[in-house]
Amino acid sequence: MADTLLQICGVSAAVEGEEILHDVSLNINKGETHVLMGPNGAGKSTLGNVLMGNPVYALTGGSILFDGEDISKESADKRACRGMFLSFQNPLEVPGLALDSFIRNALRQRTGKNVKFMQFNKDLMNTMKLLNMDPSYAERDLNVGFSGGEKKKSEILQLLMMNPRFAILDETDSGLDVDAVKTVSEGIREYQKREDGALLIITHNAKILESLHVDYTHVLVKGRIVKTGDASLVEEIGKNGFEQFL
Amino acid sequence: MSNDYIKDKPIDVSTDTDRILLDGVERELYDFVDEEREEDFYRINEGLTEEIVRKISEEKHDPDWMLEFRLKSLKIYNELEMPDWGPPIDGLNMDNIATYVRSKSNMVNSWDEVPEDIKNAFDKLGIPQAERESLAGVGAQYDSELVYHNVRKDVEESGVVYTDMESALTGEYSEMVHEHFMKLVPPTDHKFAALHGAVWSGGSFVYVPPGVHLEIPLQSYFRLNARGAGQFEHTLIIVDEGADLHFIEGCSAPKYNTANLHAGCVELYIRKNARLRYSTIENWSKNMYNLNTKRAICEEGGIIEWVSGSFGSHESYLYPTSVLKGDRSHSEFTGVTFAGKGQNLDTGAKVIHIGKNTSSFIDTKSICKSGGISTYRSSVVITKSAEGAKASVNCGSLMLDNISRSDTIPAVDVRTDKADVGHEAKIGRISDEAVFYLMSRGISEAEARAMIVSGFANPVSKELPLEYAAEMNNLIKLEMEGG
Repeated sequence: MADTLLQICGVSAAVEGEEILHDVSLNINKGETHVLMGPNGAGKSTLGNVLMGNPVYALTGGSILFDGEDISKESADKRACRGMFLSFQNPLEVPGLALDSFIRNALRQRTGKNVKFMQFNKDLMNTMKLLNMDPSYAERDLNVGFSGGEKKKSEILQLLMMNPRFAILDETDSGLDVDAVKTVSEGIREYQKREDGALLIITHNAKILESLHVDYTHVLVKGRIVKTGDASLVEEIGKNGFEQFL
Repeated sequence: MSNDYIKDKPIDVSTDTDRILLDGVERELYDFVDEEREEDFYRINEGLTEEIVRKISEEKHDPDWMLEFRLKSLKIYNELEMPDWGPPIDGLNMDNIATYVRSKSNMVNSWDEVPEDIKNAFDKLGIPQAERESLAGVGAQYDSELVYHNVRKDVEESGVVYTDMESALTGEYSEMVHEHFMKLVPPTDHKFAALHGAVWSGGSFVYVPPGVHLEIPLQSYFRLNARGAGQFEHTLIIVDEGADLHFIEGCSAPKYNTANLHAGCVELYIRKNARLRYSTIENWSKNMYNLNTKRAICEEGGIIEWVSGSFGSHESYLYPTSVLKGDRSHSEFTGVTFAGKGQNLDTGAKVIHIGKNTSSFIDTKSICKSGGISTYRSSVVITKSAEGAKASVNCGSLMLDNISRSDTIPAVDVRTDKADVGHEAKIGRISDEAVFYLMSRGISEAEARAMIVSGFANPVSKELPLEYAAEMNNLIKLEMEGG
């Protein structure tokens, strides 16, 4: 149990009174990469949002443990401070809030420590370079006027700068062209390289997983996990689709 | 503290919460009431009569023409009707307002000589500190009179005049003052302009000679401390040909249960190819009726830039006006208004295009919360002579809950077909998704909301010098927490 990071214990969740997730259980250990696949509307994004504590979704059953502690009732910021992270499927635009000062501010809130400007700026520039982001984006308003691809890169930039212990990537590959998928994938690999960083990658596209190490694959259908396997399951779904699980 | 960071990127102070937190988010910063010992203050009886106006004039050693001007204004005041378009002002009874209150000590130019209690009040607001750090000159008005005035020596040597209005009336520039005083805003303009003409006191006179560029701003700070009193300061600024000035005014008052009144008047003359930036951070207490009149006139190629943050007062009527008289003159107005609980703020801007190829931009943001009412009201007039004029109006409103109210009343009057006028308005709410997004990065809910609101107001704060941008963000944070 020493290596267990996240325990999802029989979680059911509803949005606007309608139950989307039914009795979902899943354990994620330190350093592991899990993939969550499933047809549209299966509840994949709901699970990501429930794990992060989006108040729109109500936990109707079960519990979520992080480091063995029950975080089911904690707000999103507290979960983030514990080291959780969610890369949004549709990152929001916040006018007047510059990307770089936002990340720095968030880092400061999360770690409770001052973040030295010079070092921060160096890290930020290096990470943006890794992600093929134009340095001018650092001073732009958070996601405002960013293309779909730049928004996703902005999420991975935040991931690498925040350096959480567990990250949920919600369809980070959707709407990206081939080159952008490659870049984002490199960013994720960079995160995997770091010690103990765990991942839950939500996708219905195998492309982004090609160059990533995957430990487990789960298939979610109609709010239930119907199959768990290793990396080869991704390939199988790529060939045969979800038909067999319906 | 991350000064290095702020200096590197002044535009982003809106998100620098360290700075905001360090400055202390305490309402008491503005609301403290100074213990005024009655024997230290001279106070004229409440109400408005010829006798009182004569008394003020005598107290102030007015030149003869000014006494006449006051009496004429009083007559106009009595003849004019109350304004009927904005928030109700029934709660304001002139019989209960003392129009003149001053400390018995005289104005000084050394901070050490300012009476202790007044000094404490300004110290709490960081006035002398701000001067040391970033200003070319400072005036501080307490109730009806300036208690402190000082200008840096090099600024004085460049020929810039920055003095209290009373000295200006009798000093070297007395003729210039006589020639311009309430010519741009005549007492006949509206009832409170007439009131101002009758009982005005305090304020500043600035003259910048041709070609002189002031690299750092001048500032006046107005504090109305007396209960049930009015403040009627007059600001007259003349920026001569090719000169450049940034003037900042700040205002605050403690909260009393009785109504206070502010009916100041600002007249700005921008001559050929001169430029003036006029920045205001207003934080009157929430029992204040703020019925203020500000107007600028630009000669050929002149530029007026208004930057305005309105946070305080119970009710405000405030529409800084730019008269673009000269060809190619230009006006920019950037403003934010924050109406919280019990506030009804009617703010906006006016532009009158007269000269050819004149241009104007209005960019305003209004925020309302906890039942506050924020009305954006603007008027852009393009006269027949203003061929080639361009005007653009952009106003955004953010409502933070369901009990607050935001209205947008933009008027455009174009009398030539050779003009280009654009208008855009947006009203919105804070998106819960955006709050969750920021929270998922470790930011608390309150902080996330404040960041979104500060970001919304950022077009204004980025136009302000650093200290004031920080103060404005501090005020936004205060308003977000209060109510």
